[in-house]
Amino acid sequence: MKRKIAKIGAVLPLFFLSTSLSAQTIFLSSAADLLPYAMILVVAVLILGAVYMISESFVRMEARELGVDTKKNNFSIMPTSQEMFGAKVEGPAAGQDIIYFKKGFDIKLEGSADYNVDDNVAVSTFAIQPKNFIGMSPIPKVEVEVGDEVKAGDVIFYDKKRPAVKYCAPVSGEIIAVNRGTKRSIAEIVILGDKEISHRTLPQFDLDNASRQELVEYMMENGAWAHIRQRPYNVVADPEVKPKAIFISAFDSAPLAPDLDIIIAGRGKEFQAGLDVLNKLTTGKVHLGLNAKDDDVSPVYADATGVEKHWIHGQHPAGNVGVQIHHIDAINAGEKVWTLGVQDVATIGSIFLEGIYDAERVVVIAGAELNQAKYVATYLGANMGDLVNNNLKHDHVRFISGDVLSGKQKAKEQFLDFYDDQVSVITEGDEYEMFGWLVPQTARPSISPTFLSNVIGAGGYVANTNTHGEGRAFVVSGQYEQVMPMDIYPEHLMKSILVNDLERMEGLGIYELVEEDVALCEFVCTSKQPVQEILREGLTTMMDQE
Amino acid sequence: MGLLQFLHKIEPDKKKSPFLHTLYDGFFTFAYAPNSVTKSGTHIKDGMDLKRTMFMVVIALQLAYAFGSYNIGHQHFAALGLHESFLSGFHLKLTYGLMKLIPIFLVANIVGLGIEFIYAAKKGHPIEEGYLVSGALIPLIMPPDLPMWILAISIIFAVVIGKEAFGGTGMNIMNIALLSRVFIFFAYPTYISGDEVWVSGILKEGTEYVGASYGMIHGMFDWVFSGVGWSTFGEGGMAVADGFTGATPLGLAAKGGWAAVTEVYTPAQMWWGAIPGSIGEMPKLFILAGAFLLIITKIASWRIMLSMVLGAAVGGLLINMWGANLFMEVPWYYHFYMGSFFFAMAFMATDPVTAARTETGKWIYGFLIGIVGMVIRVLNPAYPEGWMLAILFMNVFAPLIDYYVLEANVARRLARVKAKPESVVEAEPQLSVSEH
Repeated sequence: MKRKIAKIGAVLPLFFLSTSLSAQTIFLSSAADLLPYAMILVVAVLILGAVYMISESFVRMEARELGVDTKKNNFSIMPTSQEMFGAKVEGPAAGQDIIYFKKGFDIKLEGSADYNVDDNVAVSTFAIQPKNFIGMSPIPKVEVEVGDEVKAGDVIFYDKKRPAVKYCAPVSGEIIAVNRGTKRSIAEIVILGDKEISHRTLPQFDLDNASRQELVEYMMENGAWAHIRQRPYNVVADPEVKPKAIFISAFDSAPLAPDLDIIIAGRGKEFQAGLDVLNKLTTGKVHLGLNAKDDDVSPVYADATGVEKHWIHGQHPAGNVGVQIHHIDAINAGEKVWTLGVQDVATIGSIFLEGIYDAERVVVIAGAELNQAKYVATYLGANMGDLVNNNLKHDHVRFISGDVLSGKQKAKEQFLDFYDDQVSVITEGDEYEMFGWLVPQTARPSISPTFLSNVIGAGGYVANTNTHGEGRAFVVSGQYEQVMPMDIYPEHLMKSILVNDLERMEGLGIYELVEEDVALCEFVCTSKQPVQEILREGLTTMMDQE
Repeated sequence: MGLLQFLHKIEPDKKKSPFLHTLYDGFFTFAYAPNSVTKSGTHIKDGMDLKRTMFMVVIALQLAYAFGSYNIGHQHFAALGLHESFLSGFHLKLTYGLMKLIPIFLVANIVGLGIEFIYAAKKGHPIEEGYLVSGALIPLIMPPDLPMWILAISIIFAVVIGKEAFGGTGMNIMNIALLSRVFIFFAYPTYISGDEVWVSGILKEGTEYVGASYGMIHGMFDWVFSGVGWSTFGEGGMAVADGFTGATPLGLAAKGGWAAVTEVYTPAQMWWGAIPGSIGEMPKLFILAGAFLLIITKIASWRIMLSMVLGAAVGGLLINMWGANLFMEVPWYYHFYMGSFFFAMAFMATDPVTAARTETGKWIYGFLIGIVGMVIRVLNPAYPEGWMLAILFMNVFAPLIDYYVLEANVARRLARVKAKPESVVEAEPQLSVSEH
């Protein structure tokens, strides 16, 4: 094999040299005559490159036949580009196996929070919102009535399709409203929180001796189950399923996202207890994705046991659990994996460790329109208006539960969604801009080098909600791939969804994606296509097939 | 803002006059980025939109426009043996060139955009920017003396059959600009091929070439020029210079190989583009500058450009090895001097809508254009240039290339399942506390 490569490698350049030297009509009268030499050089480099690539893949094929993992070791003749030019990794990730993502894009927005947690923000109302759970019936069975006093951990409602999974109150207090949405669906069950939260005492559970079935039933009964989400589709986990693995991402790379080290600070024990529980639920491993760029990873994650740690290095969406799953143990057709946020793990841990349903949340309140962006200690489902009270520079803003890419727009009197740990506040961009498409009056984030501020890598953009252009058909190609560090063709997947081609959707990897994984594609889209909406449409179609 | 209020005031009613409203909307969104905000999905959007994308291509074409319009005049006067040095008679050449180019540009855009507006109004969607680039490209790929009615018919064909029938911008299968050119090529071949059409204002009378007589507008300019003491157009109708052929380098090469080309044109002339040909296709350096702009702004795919160079080189090499006639013996690297390779590479092959849309597909697509184009250029007896037909040919095959790239992706996904040992999937969870 090697000899063959050497032969090809030696013969081709010789061939090229001979053709170029045999060119008899060499003239050197002007700079224009350099063109043939330039072309010869370009082509020679290209051919050598091709030879190099082919020989390298031969080596790799050989290695694979011998059963060596070619992804982990560098079999190339040359050092990898990462070794040569890549960011030098310091901190705890140094020397570890690191998964590098070359694709992606960090949207650097103004208004990130200081590194301290404010626990004096008074939030009076909290809500649990059935619509946060994908696939739930529009009118779940509500167990409480307006005026009832509940304790944290009391059952609030359950889905009639799956009555065993209970959804519990995050705080203690009085039920003050059951707000309904369209067609009498239940939108919010609002609790006026007590000053001092009292918890329902949960029955003891013997984790060491119980069967998996007993564990699942205990978790469903006591509110833990709703915190586990299942892929494909991002639904609440199916108790009948034994997932092939459970994934937790210990960092969030979205714009203005919270530092998950701060969010978990002081809850290390609960987090570890949660991990121990999760280990009993899967047939495979519990995977924890860690940020290789972070030179000070919280010991809660770094010292966690019973998990397989993976160091991830890259721009957004590197922190998305879906991208990590794709590179660690991708979801194939028919397979299920579960995912959790770090605070969800801690909440589960608290049930087993302390016997209470502790839905305490540290959330980040960020955005350039705030007087002070900060972390706030509160509880799950906190009121948006209370969180940003007296903290706004002006009123013409949009509140978002979650990040600016995949979060949900909320009114001031609405509430943070179940799985979210971030409130983003950005200006509404409903203003006309003269020749705004050609000469923008403010710097704006973009992957396009036609904006100078992106070429020089400036940050601190004050983004607004303007669409910066109108909807068009797909025109520009290769944009989605530029920000998608997965072996997936998002544009073609979207097209297969639009024409409802189920086989193609499955083949192109729809099971591996949820909205947040394609949010960046939607952001960069020149044609302003609603990529997340299209994906959900496809996921719903696939769900209906099952 | 006063202007904005005024524009809002004159907005035509959408129901009463849909055409006017579409027109208004098109110009309004050109002047003002709309105030629409995100509704679902991402709350912020990239600043890039289709208008900006298309406009970058138009900017990249400007040098070719500037050179092309001047070169029309230069070729005209050089053929007559007047002002033979490139810069002498600057005002005459520029005036002459612009008088040729401006009507072509106006007809190309009025006809094309007109059709676009009508369809947009009928379908009730906003005017899409696709024709902005087509309308800038079409004048550059036409011979300078093309009759306006042929130009108009070709554009009607390209836009109606090639684009609107498929659903408008983003939906077309074949490159609009090339489609309009190929229409002329097959319907009115004498206007776009041969040795006679590439130099403006030269007529063939019997076997003799003579300059055409100038019109009234030339006379008006003469009045101005003579007033400031500059040289003038005169009456026209004079005989051509000795040795004038009107043939393009490729036309010469097809007959007598590289030696025949260098008898008439120096490589420097071909490199700078001071040769007869389509209006904007010759200035290699300026076109490469445009290509460079498109690459650094990531508007056009460098993969397609590079693989097309590679394909043309490999195709040229193979043809050299065959070497059955003089044209085949032209060294492969000299092929880059002749014809419109770089223009086709930078602006035609890279049209994202009609090119392959996967990154792997782009390598294959560009490479095959290079090979096929070279084959058509050298082996086709009727017409010594190949990029137009090669690109249209590969436009048709681009979806097929993408199909196989996607099939490979599907196959990788299936292979992942097979690679997995069965036992892992079926294993029971451990029930005792795992050893940490």
